[in-house]
Amino acid sequence: MTALLEVQGISKRFGGLLAVGDVSFNLMEGEILGLIGPNGAGKTTLFNLVNGVYKSDTGSIIFSSKNITRSSPDQVVHLGLARTHQIVRPLNGMSVLENVTVGACFGREYQSRRTARITALEVLERVGLASRANSPASSLTLAGKKRLEVARALAARPKLLLLDEVLAGLNPTEIAQMIDLVRSIRDSGVSVFMIEHVMQAIMNLSDRIVVLNLGRKIAEAPPREVVQNPDVIVAYLGSPDILDKLRGSA
Amino acid sequence: MILRRPLLWLILLLAALFAWLPLHGNNVSLREDLILVALAIILTSNLNLMIGYTGYVNFGHIVFYGLGGYVGVYLMTVRGWHLVPSAVTAGFAVSLMALLFGLGILRLRGAYFALATIGVLVAVQSFVSNFEPWGRSTGMYVSFESYAPLGGPRHALWTTYFLIVAVMALSLILSLGIKASKFGLGLFAIREDEDAAIVLGVNATIYKAIIYSVSAFLPAVAGTLMFFKNGTIDPSIAFEFMLSLEGIVMLMLGGQGTVAGSALGGGLYERLRSYLLTSPRLSEFHLVIAGALLLLVIRLAPGGLIGWLYRLVPRSREVIE
Repeated sequence: MTALLEVQGISKRFGGLLAVGDVSFNLMEGEILGLIGPNGAGKTTLFNLVNGVYKSDTGSIIFSSKNITRSSPDQVVHLGLARTHQIVRPLNGMSVLENVTVGACFGREYQSRRTARITALEVLERVGLASRANSPASSLTLAGKKRLEVARALAARPKLLLLDEVLAGLNPTEIAQMIDLVRSIRDSGVSVFMIEHVMQAIMNLSDRIVVLNLGRKIAEAPPREVVQNPDVIVAYLGSPDILDKLRGSA
Repeated sequence: MILRRPLLWLILLLAALFAWLPLHGNNVSLREDLILVALAIILTSNLNLMIGYTGYVNFGHIVFYGLGGYVGVYLMTVRGWHLVPSAVTAGFAVSLMALLFGLGILRLRGAYFALATIGVLVAVQSFVSNFEPWGRSTGMYVSFESYAPLGGPRHALWTTYFLIVAVMALSLILSLGIKASKFGLGLFAIREDEDAAIVLGVNATIYKAIIYSVSAFLPAVAGTLMFFKNGTIDPSIAFEFMLSLEGIVMLMLGGQGTVAGSALGGGLYERLRSYLLTSPRLSEFHLVIAGALLLLVIRLAPGGLIGWLYRLVPRSREVIE
């Protein structure tokens, strides 16, 4: 397998806060790579660095053999790297279909408006929003808006899809549907890089998982190994002997 | 296909009516009324490209009209050019200037952009007021010889009128064309959420600069035509801030973001304004009405008259764009 995304030593500092520090990893073609970590670990910042919303202070990002370290988000999309937002951002004044058409028009293939409409209808069918195509985007439920985020990104015909907490806020039925969707996306040949807090889901879906804590990468391994990694356990639950320490000091 | 869109044929019908009505019976007074309506529609529909399509409020839109007038009148009187090439050159010159300004000020968003457009208006007006070749604050007169190539003043005024009507039709067709295009879709995405649009692949910086420049072209052409017709131009008339504000009132009244709304708002407001201005007891009162109208529209029908129509008859959306 070849690496689709090669991240080498990237960092981002906001004033005195090191949001992401010297993070490196590779994402293989056809892989689902999970990204987990406690709140504030720098997961979304890492996504923002990869798709060009922020520029990395150090290091380099190679996507599909092209250096995208200094590329802007719209350039990155044309190369085939699309993303969703953790806090959904539908284009509210437009219909569901128009939202997805934007994704297809300005995506990797830079489709004409007519072709983009056809692509958009296909993608809506795939994510299960076809019946809502002509509704205003603002009328969708949260689950619907999350699907819309995925649909817009898919319409760009990406090689790599970044999913930022697409399961957060969904009920168990909706989660199960979204998991099936993510699997089908991977099976169609699109690699996936996903941030997720729903542990059961990410453990099931991911081929490998990268763990961040306080901006640093503390683990990168298959799910089974990650859950047994002492550093990961400390990051999530604190030190196992913390109770003894607290008692001792009292 | 643009030919299949009903509004295109309505626009052409409107232009034909504008051309035919005053000609029928040689009604000069009707012609003078309609030329102001046509001008209002030109300014409003081009302003709509910025406010309605892209979501950027341009308070200084009138600067394109005024500068276009200056460039055109200068080319005709000082350089001795014909009317049509002067007007087209003015259009290109002002568009180019808008492109350069746009790349600078369009990095600003929201209220800061709106403030910067007022700055552009004030700066251009001060510059022109002190620019010797353009006659400083006294402005320029259109020389009598300029009318000769068009068959004398009488004939020239009719020619100018038909050209203004043509520019009006072009403005509306341009809006219609952009609305259905991929470029237009990108603009609408920017209007709804600029950051989301960028992440979806829209090059917002370039798109905004292009639409700012495009929205300058036809108003500048109209500026040349109007000031040629008036026979004189000076900075206080060319860059009238109130007219810029009234353009926004017209757009909001008709329905921002829609082609039909910009025409309807421009037409209605201009007729109302002319009535109030010529009525001896109410002169200058039109600004009070404009303010009240804007408040009412924003409060009660944010989509303007066309938005209100959409709510009453949802299917009308497919015909009235």
